[in-house]
Amino acid sequence: MELLAFGDTGWGDELFRATLMTIAVSITAMLIGFSFAAIFTPLKLSKFKFLNLIANIYTTVIRGVPELLVIYLFFFGGSGAIMFVASIFGYNEYIEINAFVTGSFAIGIISGAYSTEVFRGAIQSIDKGQFEAAKVLGFSKFKQFYKIVLPQMLRLAIPNLSNVWQITLKDTSLISVTGLVEIMRQSYIAAGFTRDPLFFYSFAAVLYLLLTFISMKLINKLEVKYSRGY
Amino acid sequence: MDFELMINSFPKLLNAAVVTLKLLSVSLIVGLFIGLLFAILRLNKNIFINKFAYGYSYVFRGTPLLVQIFIIYFGLGQIESLRSSFLWVILKEPYWCAIIAFALNTGAYTSEILRSAFQTIKPGIIEAGKSLGISNKIIFYKVQIPIAIRQSLPAYGNEIILMLKGTSLASTVTLMDLTGVAKYIISTTFKPIEVFIVAGGIYLFMTFIIHNVIKFLEKKYSY
Repeated sequence: MELLAFGDTGWGDELFRATLMTIAVSITAMLIGFSFAAIFTPLKLSKFKFLNLIANIYTTVIRGVPELLVIYLFFFGGSGAIMFVASIFGYNEYIEINAFVTGSFAIGIISGAYSTEVFRGAIQSIDKGQFEAAKVLGFSKFKQFYKIVLPQMLRLAIPNLSNVWQITLKDTSLISVTGLVEIMRQSYIAAGFTRDPLFFYSFAAVLYLLLTFISMKLINKLEVKYSRGY
Repeated sequence: MDFELMINSFPKLLNAAVVTLKLLSVSLIVGLFIGLLFAILRLNKNIFINKFAYGYSYVFRGTPLLVQIFIIYFGLGQIESLRSSFLWVILKEPYWCAIIAFALNTGAYTSEILRSAFQTIKPGIIEAGKSLGISNKIIFYKVQIPIAIRQSLPAYGNEIILMLKGTSLASTVTLMDLTGVAKYIISTTFKPIEVFIVAGGIYLFMTFIIHNVIKFLEKKYSY
């Protein structure tokens, strides 16, 4: 137990901070994922074949390639790409981007591909009559989306989004390869320092279980809230 | 774009893909048996057996695969009695550690897939078997298992693809699988995009094949 003490003697405070980092990366990645989904879901549902194709390439490639490979692409390619853009504007110094930014961006793009599929499925399973009714009542496109499509879509999407959240949360463990100090990286450091990998990796497993357990409870509450009236 | 690098790295990556496929197939076969075993345990009426099987799948589905590999590869070597036992021959090899972790992980997901497949079998089918005087054992092997396999094909196909992606984590325990070699080439040439296109293309090709084989099987066994 002394291994987990807070302060200089144990790894308790380090692991606590690492857990907060995991939560922060997961939430950021999930939000980045939502913004990707907000772009690609309309493309998927568009009437134009070309736009469908772009969105399909995005979701197929990301869901068919290992997360780790995507992370390596961002880790090794990220600063290169930004330096290239910066050099266009005449800035030629070396730019190193923060591991948090690269990590949450890489995981966000992955999470976005899953979210896109979830939102597409949710919108498609809304009854066609709802759209027609909105049109008949003279709703503008904007109002139709906010007042009719969005609330129903959220209700249908929440169970699947909770899966996406779980995947995202677990994927953040892979960012440890880039050196960002989240649960996995901190356990790696602690295990190397104390030569007690069994304890620290098992403890990391417990932390992840705790995170998934708590988030499931919270999502269930959300689910109840959004299925009022059903 | 460095096309020369792409052409040069293609055979290396293709060789590494063989390692990936080996890891995938061995862990899927072992995982299928583990999954079937735990699915049957889940359907057991004894509450302890039931809870044990649920706990197994909960833990393995609720933690990242990376943690599981690290516990098995770095953690288990710490136990003195394991180091001196015959199991050490297996556990000191990263290859087998990765396979054990993958098999246990896919086993947990497979048990959930099979359990729900068993539960969707209509009771009438089993009753029909019983009223024809067929023994419970034969009903299980000849009726329930084939139906459950058909029911679980689509979900299992997804699981195979998830596992294919999961094998990339073998590179974290020094195995040179497709991702491992890709990372090595990236870190020596600093050309991430080119290598990503080739390695990602090979992964996509494999997912494409798996997807279509499962689709074919679904059609073949549909009723």
